[in-house]
Amino acid sequence: MGNFAANEGLSVFVILVWLGINAYLFVQFYMNFLTERWFYTRVLLGDALSWARAPAACLNFNCMLILLPVCRNLLSFLRGSIQCCSRTAARQLDRNITFHKLVAYMIAFHTAVHIIAHLFNFEWFMGAQLYRNSSSLPFVLSQIGTGDNASYLNPIRTDQTNPTIVMFTTIAGLTGVVITLALILIITSSMEVIRRSYFEVFWYTHHLFIIFFIGLVFHGFGRIVRGQTATSLLENKPSQCKDQFESWGMNGTFCPKPEFAGNPPMTWKWVVGPMILYVCERLVRFYRSQQKVVITKVVMHPSKTLELQMKRKGFSMEVGQYVFMQCPCVSQLEWHPFTLTSAPEEDHFSVHIRIVGDWTQGLYEACGGDKNETQEAWKLPKYVLECRANIFYDPVPLTILRMAIDGPFGTASEDVFGYEVVMLVGAGIGVTPFASVLKSVWYKHIQENQNVFTKKIYFYWLCPETQAFEWFADLLQSLEGQMTEKGMVDFLSYNIYLTRWKETEAAHFRVHHEAENDPITGLKQKTLYGKPNWDNEFTTIGTKHPEKKVGVFLCGPTQLADVLEKQCLSHSEAGVKFIFNKENF
Amino acid sequence: NGKIEWAMWANEQALAAGLILLTGGIVGVAGQFRDREFAAYSIAAGVFVCLLEYPRGKRNKGTSVERTGQYCFTVCVKSFGPLTRNYYVRAFLHAAICVPGGFILAAVLGCVCLGIASLIYLAAAIRGEQWEPILPWKESARKPVGESIKLPPQNPPPRPPAEMRRKRAEDLEAAAYVNPIAVTANDD
Repeated sequence: MGNFAANEGLSVFVILVWLGINAYLFVQFYMNFLTERWFYTRVLLGDALSWARAPAACLNFNCMLILLPVCRNLLSFLRGSIQCCSRTAARQLDRNITFHKLVAYMIAFHTAVHIIAHLFNFEWFMGAQLYRNSSSLPFVLSQIGTGDNASYLNPIRTDQTNPTIVMFTTIAGLTGVVITLALILIITSSMEVIRRSYFEVFWYTHHLFIIFFIGLVFHGFGRIVRGQTATSLLENKPSQCKDQFESWGMNGTFCPKPEFAGNPPMTWKWVVGPMILYVCERLVRFYRSQQKVVITKVVMHPSKTLELQMKRKGFSMEVGQYVFMQCPCVSQLEWHPFTLTSAPEEDHFSVHIRIVGDWTQGLYEACGGDKNETQEAWKLPKYVLECRANIFYDPVPLTILRMAIDGPFGTASEDVFGYEVVMLVGAGIGVTPFASVLKSVWYKHIQENQNVFTKKIYFYWLCPETQAFEWFADLLQSLEGQMTEKGMVDFLSYNIYLTRWKETEAAHFRVHHEAENDPITGLKQKTLYGKPNWDNEFTTIGTKHPEKKVGVFLCGPTQLADVLEKQCLSHSEAGVKFIFNKENF
Repeated sequence: NGKIEWAMWANEQALAAGLILLTGGIVGVAGQFRDREFAAYSIAAGVFVCLLEYPRGKRNKGTSVERTGQYCFTVCVKSFGPLTRNYYVRAFLHAAICVPGGFILAAVLGCVCLGIASLIYLAAAIRGEQWEPILPWKESARKPVGESIKLPPQNPPPRPPAEMRRKRAEDLEAAAYVNPIAVTANDD
């Protein structure tokens, strides 16, 4: 429970504050337009005026916020400064994309309210011009300012038009349509189906945000929302003059014609700061992309996985972090995130990239995709020479594939090392950060000057199919070999669960199930089929390690998180305590 | 690998357009706007587009994710055969549907969104994409059995966990399989 409060409490608090500010702005600006100054405007529009202005204020607020969570370098800098105070607070900054999406949904919601209110506004503005009867206050109000075209109230100046035409011929209307379209295209291309399968479409369409922000800033320049001027209010008080509208301005009356003006545009004040910060962010990314990254080794794993080992001057990482990679040879614009699979103790950093989309496929080919052995980087094929740069890197000059790295990002998962006994659960591709953890723990052990607190690791890998095994199996096999050499066979205990299989594979298992090494992975401990019986596992571990704190770490789907969390709670009785850490990955 | 199937995006865009047409139409009718016959049309057009676009098509490569409860819509849409399978037809249909929406403000946004969806469908059609229904998995045609499998397997796949695999003498009923030879208590 304490864990939950620590992990979730701050997020919930931030969300509540954000919702609170939205509600406050909405109500405040709704009421701002109920004042005397807007009396005549409301004669034409009623409450639709307030219903349009309130979400507009919220839109200013949310559009200001939306750029901030994606300034990953800024956030990284902030996180670094906060981390010394509180790791939990630092971890909140990793939820940046979640917050970005929430703000986006809020923008979509307020846009809808704003547009619907404006539909009514346009309709009633038009109606006021069409009902041409000088005994109608709306009509009289609409006629004001016909001469000077400055003091008018009704932005629809004539009855010889229709709302659609007006929309396309006013700054507010035109920018409104353009930015709403941009927003809709951004949203439809960001749906999970599209984003996960066709990242390029998502990424490029998302850049419509540039048009969105430009249009947003100009949206209010036409000053189309008009209220009575201060001087006019002194002479024509609506409460006194509203019923004498048929004789406004005539000789011998007290009430002159009221005059109106629009509010100056406000949006730029809200968004200019974040826009500048975002430009800085892109400049930082560009600067980092110019720093030389050397690929020292390329390994093609059979499971359509590409391993790249790289070096960059001054690069330092911690376990569980990720980097963004750009390969100008494949695409000038795209940056893609990958978890680091190397340990901080190694002299290089590495990523394992699954070939699933256009960009990864392009990278695969640029690295000499047809070969399936380990390659020294200088052996890469000639046809991609145009992507090459020659650099001098200690001790040998190399011809390298140009690559840019931004990062590392993410909170370090050092918590793992704070437990004497650790359960690591990785589902499918979620095993990737654990490669880094396992290697690092091992390095810490063999560097004997370090006293490693962690004495036992239980590792569970749940995988739907065998093909993605190979590189991780290599890692486990090599660790297994090294542990046997050091006489530490009991340090790591792992279980691989195949949660799905094909008939042909099942036939093979049947024949070979007695072999000491598992036929699939060649690992001594057998691959198991189906899902783990968590109750048994937790009970066994609890019995083996009484009076200890066991850290449970998961990288996988939320359903599994719920299951594990429940197991932790139900098995933490007298003695052993299971502590579920959900947030590290 | 993930070569873009434009139809997936066109589908999202068209569905959004349908919802926007529907909303605009409802506002026009409920608000009693002038020219509300166009608003009524917008409601009808919106509903039609939503019904047509709700069932996702099957992807050429990769797993197709269904929308919740889309099966009945899939069956409906499938029954129109080539009219719904062909994306040229859809592109043209959406282009035609969106035109009357341009006549009232409340439907303009939906109209433009649908027009964009129509263009994306056109791109999909040019690339040869088609709408295939996502139907419940059926046994695929059996491939010829390889030579190596001559004897029937001893145990049925998939194998239950080790502790359940052995038939225990005291509890024959609970075992997962039947053995031709009688089981005796063994030395574990």
